[in-house]
Amino acid sequence: MELNTLTIEVLRDKLKKKEITAPDILNSLYKRIKEVDKKINAYVRVKDLKPGNDQFFTFNPQLPLGGIPVSVKDNICTEGYNTECCSKILAGFKPPYDATVIKKLKEAGAIILEIKTNMDEFAFGSSTENSCFGTTANPWNINYVAGGSSGGSAASVAADEAIVALGSDTGGSIRQPASFCGVVGLKPTYGRVSRYGLIAFASSLDQIGPITKDVRDCAIIMKIISGYDPYDSTSVNLEVPDYPKVLGMDIKGIKIAVPKEYFVEGIDPEVKKIIQEAIEQLRELGAQIKEVCLPHTEYAVAVYYIIATAEASSNLARFDGVQYGFRFSNSELNLIQMYKKTRGAGFGQEAKRRIILGTFALSYGYYEAYYLRALKVRTLIKKDFDEVFKDCDCIVTPTSPTPAFKIGEKIDDPLKMYLSDIYTISANLAGIPAISIPCGFTKDGLPVGLQILAKAFNEEILFRVAYAYEQATPWHKMKPRL
Amino acid sequence: MGIDKETVKYVANLARIELRDEELKRLSEQLKQIIDFIDKLKLLDIKDVEPTSHILPMSNVLRDDQPRESLPISKTLECAPAKEENFFLVPKVIE
Repeated sequence: MELNTLTIEVLRDKLKKKEITAPDILNSLYKRIKEVDKKINAYVRVKDLKPGNDQFFTFNPQLPLGGIPVSVKDNICTEGYNTECCSKILAGFKPPYDATVIKKLKEAGAIILEIKTNMDEFAFGSSTENSCFGTTANPWNINYVAGGSSGGSAASVAADEAIVALGSDTGGSIRQPASFCGVVGLKPTYGRVSRYGLIAFASSLDQIGPITKDVRDCAIIMKIISGYDPYDSTSVNLEVPDYPKVLGMDIKGIKIAVPKEYFVEGIDPEVKKIIQEAIEQLRELGAQIKEVCLPHTEYAVAVYYIIATAEASSNLARFDGVQYGFRFSNSELNLIQMYKKTRGAGFGQEAKRRIILGTFALSYGYYEAYYLRALKVRTLIKKDFDEVFKDCDCIVTPTSPTPAFKIGEKIDDPLKMYLSDIYTISANLAGIPAISIPCGFTKDGLPVGLQILAKAFNEEILFRVAYAYEQATPWHKMKPRL
Repeated sequence: MGIDKETVKYVANLARIELRDEELKRLSEQLKQIIDFIDKLKLLDIKDVEPTSHILPMSNVLRDDQPRESLPISKTLECAPAKEENFFLVPKVIE
């Protein structure tokens, strides 16, 4: 078995028995990247890679991730390694510090890959087509998108070009690509994982989370990256549970809610059928299934595209050609002209669209009609979930209404693209955790993901249900042919 | 209340983004379509609803006012497109 195809637990076992060394794992990844990444484009700046830099880490085999390589999305700061959010405006940026999650992973013995994973520019997108480094292809069919915005992270794990990867999720950017690529992806509760060093998109929604080959790896990574961080004032000071410990606990009597609003118009009939079969499987495993209502679901996309763009317009004000990245240079320009030309030439189309939409929503005369109204509807969406969680342990839904779509299919129609996030956005608005796990394939061989959502800070129930389902089904063992 | 080409031009200036003419035209059309979609929020009665700007029940998170080490200036200036001594260099601001 090639090392790049294995999970953390298996690799750790081989390392402990001294059957393999850490450089063996890295080398098998680099070999795989060399073989297939031309087709997939999961990583960026591959040609700049000088193998060896990341091997200088001395790793301690006793540490929980000793010798395990971790691939990282291009918006999470890695000291000395380029972090450009796949945007021209951050060209050449090498952060002077590590994000807290990177620090924690290194302390746990992980080896951080120098090349980063591809993404939609500043995480603005659902298909990884908005990257200045080109589109990431879906490993199951390279004519289809990998999803987004963490498309590179999901595709790298699916194509065995990564053992595990980190992504970020503001409206579905971990779960939707995980679903499209047939891997596991988790968006933690808002406040569970420090956002320090994550280049901000929408600060009230963003969370970093793992993308992995199976549920166990996801739980292992979550245990390491979670926890309070004084550098992130929105991280919460709660004890981190031993997530892998809940794996294997049965799910008899667990109350699972199925919201009927997620199965109405817009859902692909094949996806609907596969999800219904997955729900039957959960019932067979002993769960109690109950139909519920989340009545404000249809407003989530509209709320999100006001709140997320408003916050983004403010966060992205820092990219002005002064402190880092690209500057439009011309000695004739005054300061304001320099800002405008730098931002006009440095941001891609989707970034400009979102900054302008967000600035509009916050501007004089429109603030109450759009931004304040969206915040109020956010309250209604959160209350819907509170109501359901009064007597249910978790909620299951499709992760996305459709399987992966074709490259180019939605790129010229932003609204159509935005609507592909319809099932994932609510979890960010409500701040609750949600996981996507593989639950089947369409006739065309594209993966479908099952989303499980739980109450805030209740990731354990997600792992428990996801693992029980995974162990009863073959989907996580399927590999794309490349 | 809609969004037209003049509004987009005005907002792009607030956001300090220079747009080419064809960009302005395309963005205006797309943003109009998006705002029309977002206008469905007006169908909801939100009279007595409190806004949620942040999901966690916390406000004014403070830390002790204790000095600690910060990044060295040379390191923070490493990525600057233009610098001079210990400063970021920008075009002349005051005539």
